[in-house]
Order: sequence, then structure tokens, then C-alpha cells
Amino acid sequence: MTNEDRLKRQKSIRNFSIIAHIDHGKSTLADRILEKTGALTSREMKDQTLDAMDLERERGITIKLNAVQLKYTAKDGEDYILHLIDTPGHVDFTYEVSRSLAACEGAVLVVDAAQGIEAQTLANVYLALDNDLEILPIINKIDLPSADVERVRQEIEDVIGLDASEAVPTSAKAGIGIEEILEQIVEKVPAPTGDPSAPLEALIFDSYYDAYRGVVASIRIVNGTVKVGDKIRMMSTGKDFEVLELAVATPKPLRQQELTVGDVGTLSASIKTVGDVRVGDTITLAKQPATEALPGYRKMNPMVYCGLYPIDAAKYNDLREALEKLQLSDAALEFEPETSQALGFGFRCGFLGMLHMEIIQERIEREFNIDMITTAPSVIYHVTTTAGEVLHVDNPSKMPDQQKVEFIEEPFVKAAVMTPNDYVGAIMELCQKKRGTFVDMQYIDTTRVKITYELPLSEIVYDFFDQLKSSTKGYASLDYELIGYQQSRLVKMDILLNNENVDALSFIVHRDFAYERGKVIVDKLKELIPRMQFEVPIQAAVGTKIVARSTIKALRKNVLAKCYGGDISRKRKLLEKQKEGKKRMKMVGSVEVPQEAFMSVLSMDED
Amino acid sequence: MGIRAAYVHIPFCEHICYYCDFNKVFLKNQPVDEYLDALEREIEMTLKQYPTDHLETIFIGGGTPTALNEPQMQRLMEIIQKHLLPLTGDDLEYTVESNPDGVSEEKLDIMKAGGVNRVSFGVQSFDDGLLERIGRTHREAKVAQTLDAAAKRFDNISVDLMFGLPNQTLDQVRYDVSRALQLPITHISSYSLILEPHTVFAIQERKGKLPLPTQDLEAEMYQVMIDTIEAGGYAQYEISNFAQTGKESRHNRVYWENDEYYGFGAGSHSYINQTRRANIAPIPHYIKAEGLPVRKETPLTNVERMEEEMFLGLRMKDGVSLERFQTKYGVAFKDVFGEVMKRLLPNGLVEQTETHIRLTPAGVPLANEVFAEFIGEAQVQ
Repeated sequence: MTNEDRLKRQKSIRNFSIIAHIDHGKSTLADRILEKTGALTSREMKDQTLDAMDLERERGITIKLNAVQLKYTAKDGEDYILHLIDTPGHVDFTYEVSRSLAACEGAVLVVDAAQGIEAQTLANVYLALDNDLEILPIINKIDLPSADVERVRQEIEDVIGLDASEAVPTSAKAGIGIEEILEQIVEKVPAPTGDPSAPLEALIFDSYYDAYRGVVASIRIVNGTVKVGDKIRMMSTGKDFEVLELAVATPKPLRQQELTVGDVGTLSASIKTVGDVRVGDTITLAKQPATEALPGYRKMNPMVYCGLYPIDAAKYNDLREALEKLQLSDAALEFEPETSQALGFGFRCGFLGMLHMEIIQERIEREFNIDMITTAPSVIYHVTTTAGEVLHVDNPSKMPDQQKVEFIEEPFVKAAVMTPNDYVGAIMELCQKKRGTFVDMQYIDTTRVKITYELPLSEIVYDFFDQLKSSTKGYASLDYELIGYQQSRLVKMDILLNNENVDALSFIVHRDFAYERGKVIVDKLKELIPRMQFEVPIQAAVGTKIVARSTIKALRKNVLAKCYGGDISRKRKLLEKQKEGKKRMKMVGSVEVPQEAFMSVLSMDED
Repeated sequence: MGIRAAYVHIPFCEHICYYCDFNKVFLKNQPVDEYLDALEREIEMTLKQYPTDHLETIFIGGGTPTALNEPQMQRLMEIIQKHLLPLTGDDLEYTVESNPDGVSEEKLDIMKAGGVNRVSFGVQSFDDGLLERIGRTHREAKVAQTLDAAAKRFDNISVDLMFGLPNQTLDQVRYDVSRALQLPITHISSYSLILEPHTVFAIQERKGKLPLPTQDLEAEMYQVMIDTIEAGGYAQYEISNFAQTGKESRHNRVYWENDEYYGFGAGSHSYINQTRRANIAPIPHYIKAEGLPVRKETPLTNVERMEEEMFLGLRMKDGVSLERFQTKYGVAFKDVFGEVMKRLLPNGLVEQTETHIRLTPAGVPLANEVFAEFIGEAQVQ
């Protein structure tokens, strides 16, 4: 292709994302667009095609990003190349969203015609504005009886300040408004502006591992051209590789000889470790490198840490391999070996948030078939010792003795909650209970309110979201961002089973809540841990001081004193089940502890 | 050794007890006569296919066998007389399960004439409130009367008692035992209530309306049962069973010794040629079955047989005979389960004598903890 051809083609490219609050219909809209542009016939459509993993489909969220190239002949008679870049729809993945938005010139903003703007809608709009995107609002789900298009149109103008006069009334489900959206994309989203002959600058906005190709980078070419066989360089690490394959997804993969300005596709170069393909990094050519990397790259830092331990110690290596494999496609996942006195050999793993953590756990159990104990999640505490040293503690059991601690700081977030005004009281009560500091309250319209609090991140990663949902009948939405570290009066709480400290059950708690939490947890553990042949005392201790205690009574009766007739098979099944149940528990000292017990330190409620 | 025990199932009841999950139906409008015909066919066919030369025990259970009316009971006796009694001798134990309020003197006469020599009464409790609470229809007053009538004809009588019932107290358990000990009987079975799915109790439990005793109280009840019944002159020879000397149920012993048995009737279970079988349970299907009415066959592996030898045999006071084990499986017990025993012995729930492996008194209420340890742990070459 000559440079002239490239420039001509560039003018017909439109790169866009769809941004939305969870459940506002993003994936359905993407499906309709694929259908309309003939990328897939409706017969080929499996609902919500872009959500490829089973887990994504089950949870109704998008975890991994996908980019699709679409051909569209507009009403002006011209053929256009559209790249639809999908974004994950959860607050845990904010950075990934921001990088995929950076690969676009425009974004379709989906707002639910009944629910209006939610906290996450706002958060995503801000991310899009940060990336100078042309935002095309559309109002979805207009077929719902409770839809109120005009109110939502007004809301978009009042709250976000966007011109919503041309917002397309849409029903992705019913296929209404799709063509008009495509027309607006062609008309309003600017074509890419780079120079195909300049030094290569390709933004990595996602990566995944392929068994045959190694790490595959999803890239957007900002400047220059990359061809198969080129020597490329990763600008953050300086490592060089040779391009083996370039492709675009239609969504079926289609090999390309080159990718040039405006193109969105995948690049593979026999790269073995995902650490070499970092989301946000810039790829350039080794022999003609760009002088500066594209802006915005940062290493993603996990916010939440927990221990993962195989129930069967023999599966330690399997677990390591599983984590390595997952890490190939998930640069945000961190892990390093860790030893627990109670649980043996395992890994301390870092995640972007609780959802990210749950997804990884579920994938390990499902895809790799390893039963695990997960310890309660922890944030990173900054501990200043009396010796003046600052420690970063991501595991409560590693917290130094209280006498050696000068003070402890913990991460705080600014949390924005959007809610119908009926629930303001309930939300404020919840935020207070979670050690929140009130910042601001704004009316969005006559019925809806945005409440802002500063809260410790540790309270959010626990059960804040669940409690928020249950105290507002699911109407409230949440978005938060890290605002830094603040000093808190924190103590480490140890749990002793049968008079032995179980390091995997230790947790950090605010001094004022220590007694209350200790009580709740010993009672919870009493419920969860099955009775043994001997009595097992459970104690919660701060330092050497016992703050709560409870006792698991000895097992008194486990015998089938029943007339089973000649049905011996049934007796056998019962015993097999009992045996199987034990296999799913972890021996801690002389006590058999079920998986759930290790997460129980999370539950703060007296239920 | 040929098959020496036969179980015959009569799946009809006039009332359904709230705890029962056996195969049974309301008697009303049931094709009882057709059922008896089908039962006879099954016995005939089975004996032809799997013959035996000597039967030591016959047990007719249910359901409620005494729910049959007099002519039906007569017919049942004739079926047994024709096909099974010829295989028996003087040592026969022939039991019929009965309800205290379901058996007329005439039925007792029919049973006696039919060769029955043991009756097992489902008394469960002497507390009218408890009887009502668990869906039994008889009342305390009826029990002594029926037992007297039975005692005139039979010298080997057993009663079943239950504990762990909703709102039951320790005093009620003591009262039940003391009343049972006054009856003209030779044997007591004491069963704890086990909550089973698809029962009235399971529904009550789901609604939070089944106040069962705590595990600790239930354990105390069990101990009270053991202590008081033994003090009354009955030895505990199995987890749930007590007998005067020489009156141990030989039929149940066949199960615990892991020997083979016939099981006739809808939903009954048998163990023949190292294969466990379950019969078709729904009565119309059982009646219509062509060939043997078997629903499921499970051939046992050698390892499974050895595991079952353990969890059945340990139910008995004497436990599992090491010599018998060796003869039956051709391997020494210690070679197969030596490792399991090494783990178990320190717990004090099980002990080894020169000739037997058996539960300790502390092991009896925790027997399942011991049994489960033998599952999936056999070491075989």
C-alpha cells in the first residue's frame, strides 16, 4: 500500500467505544451493531458475542476487551471502516477502560431511558472526556414501559453538560435506532489524524495469551505503520521482538500484512511473558523509534490482596501454573509465593478489586479444577514503625507488634453514590458505619441525589457494595477513586483456634470496632467449623488481650441409629458424602476448617 | 453359603407417619390383590434364577403389613407357605412388622397359623402427645392391650422406640423405656429420628416448624436409652438394638454380617451374587413388570465389599471378626486396613482385640466418624 492509499483509507476509519453503566444495555447494542454491519448474521449471533468467556456471560459483565472491525456503507454512499472497541463495565477495571478509550476518537454513551444517569455513567463519561473523545449520547431501552426519553435527555444536558438534542432514542433489544447511531458515528466521530510515514506509535490497550502465538497485543496505531517481519520495541521496557502476525477481528480473525494509522488489531511476536506487553505501553520500531511514548501509561497497581492456598498441598505447583497462565492475559494480576503456618504453601495475590479477585478465584476453580482456600482480602497498609521505618503491609499477619508501631495509614477513596432520594438516610447511615466522612450531596433532579463520602478502601472492599444494594433495593450505584493514605487507629486482630494462632485468619480492624468485630467473628466461626471429637475454643485477640471468645462443643453424636432395611447402598452414599466433605476442609493444627471460614472475617453483620 | 434371609415388603399404610421415607402408599383404592399376585410371581422367578437350599429368616416389613385385611393377610401367608417355608427348618426366625392399632386378634391368628414366630411392633413412644406429633395413629392405651393379645400367641416379640423427636425431653425418653420394659417382650430397637427429604417433617423443617432436640440432647437421649434398656436386662448387641439373651434378631444380623439376602416387593433391596439390587418402587410399575422387577443393579467390587464389611460389621457389639474377614476375602485385615487402623486407634473410638475389631463405648455414638474412615482407603494389590 502506498502512503497515499493509507492516508485515503485513514479518512474512512472511525474508532469508537460504547460506554454505559452496568446493565444499561451495552453488550446488546454491540450485538446489534455487529448484526447491522453484517459482521455476523443473526443466525451466527450468540447473544452478546463480545462477552466471550462463560463467566462474563453468566455475570452479565465484560471482563476482557475486544475490538472488532466492521464495514459500513453510509447513506452518503461511502464505505467506512468502523472499529468497535469494547470496554469492561466495572469500577475494578477503570484503567483498562481508560486505555481502550484512548484508542478511540469517539464514544457512544448509552443511558438507560428509565434509570437515567448512574454513578458509573458519569465516571465513564469523565474518562472519555479526559481522552478528548466525541461523545454521542443515546437513550436506550425506550421500549420499557417506564422509559422517559425526554427526562433522560434533559438529565444528560443538566448533569453531564452534553448536547443531547440529537441523542438517538434506541432499543438495542428491539433493534430500534441502530442505523441512526451508525450514521452519527460516521458523521460526528473524527477520522484518525496520525501520519503513516512517521515513526511507529502503537498503543497497547489489551493483551491476552494464545497457546500458539504467545502473548498477543491488542493495539491501536496512532502514528506510523507496522508490517509483518518488522523489529519492534516496547517503549517501557526497551525489549525488542519480531512481528510474526498482524490481524483484525471481523470478529473472525483476518490476517493483515500491515497495520497503519487508525487501525485497531492484534500483533503477535513470539512474546513469552505478559509482563512484556503492558497495557498502556507504546510499541515502536527498533530501527526508527519514536522519540516519546504515548501519554497515559502507568503500571496497574493492585488494590486488594489475599492469600490463595490449595486445599490439597500437592496442588501447589498446579496453582502456580494456573496463576502464571492467568497472568499471561491479565497484567493486573500479581502473585508471589507466601507461607502460612496454618495453610502451608500458597500465594499472596494482588487484584484490582473484589470483582477481579472473585473472577480469578472462580477461573482457577473452574478452568484448572483446583480447590482453594482464599483468605480474607486486605488492602496495603503503610506502617510507620517506632524506628521510623515505613513498611507496606499487604497481609495482616505480617503486621508488626503493636509496641513497634508508631502509626498506621490506610488507603482512602472518594466514593460517589447515586440514589433515589428515598434512600439518602440509609446510605448515610451505612457510610457512617463504614467510617465514612461526608463530603457533599447534590440533587441531580428532583428525585435523585449524588452523595459523596470519603471512606477507607478496606471498608469498600469488604461488603460495602452488597450492603449498599440491599439497603437501597438495588437502586443505588457506586463509583470510587483512590485519594491517598490517611492515618487511622487500626489494630491487628488475631484469631486463635484451639489456643493456636491461625495466621490466615488475622485481620486489621479499627480500634473502636475491635470488640464488636471480634464477637461477630468468633460466633460466625463457631457456626462454620464443624464439631470435632474434642472441644475447640475460639478466641479473638488484640495483642495478648482476648477480646472475644466462643467454644465449638465436642461432637456428641454422629451415628445412623436408623432402620435402613436392606438399603446398604444408601448408607454407603451417606458415608461417602461425609468423607467428601472432609476433603474440602483444611486441617489447621488439629481442627478441620471449611473454606468459607477464611472469608468469614469479612462479614460484619450480626446475622 | 447359600442365601439365608428373605425380606418381603408390603408397601401399604392406613396412615403415613411424618418421618417415614420408605416406599409406601395410602392403602385406600390400592390394587392390593394384584400386588400380592405380582409378589408371588417375583418370589417364584427369583428362586428359580437364584436358588437357595436353606432359609433361616423371613421378615415381612413395610409400609404396614398389618394394613392388609384378613383375607389378604391369609393370602400373603399362603404365598410364603408355598414358596419360602419349604426352604426353612426348625431354626426359622419369621417376623412380621405390626402396628399396635392395626392388628386384630384374627390377624394374629392368621399369622400364627401361617408359621410366623416373631412380631415386631412399631410402638415408637408411650406419650400420646409425641405419637400425635409424629403422625402415629395408635395411642398409649392400645399398646398394652395389643401386646397382651400378641403375647398369648407369640413368645418372641420386639418393639421399636424412637428418640430425637420434636420437643421430646429426657424424661419422656426415660418414661418410654420404663413402659417398654414392662411389656411381655424379648427385644427392643431404639431408633433416632433422621430427617429425610420428601417427608412431612422435611416440610415442617423448611418452614421452621420442627423443633428437633440439639445434638447434645440427642446424644444424652441415646445414652439414657442404652443405660436404661441395658439395666432392664437387655444387652445392646448393635447400635440400635437390644435383646434378652438368645433373642437377637437373626434377620438384621444377616445385613450387618454383610451376607446376602433376598428382597421381595416394590422398592425392596436385595443382595445376591455380590450385586446389590433395588426393585421398582411405584406399585403399578412393579405389578406390570415383565421378568424380575429390578430397577437398579450395582455389582460390588472386592474393595467395596470389604468396606461394607467394616461399616456394617462395626455396628455390632462384637464387631468384625478378623478370621471371618480373612476367609471371606482371602486377605488379612491388617494388610487392607492396617493404615486406617493406625490413624483411628489413637482416637479411642475403635479397638482391636485378638479376634475382632469393634467400636469402644465412646465410639458407638460417633460410629459414622469411624465408618467413613474405611471408605476409599483399602490397600489392595
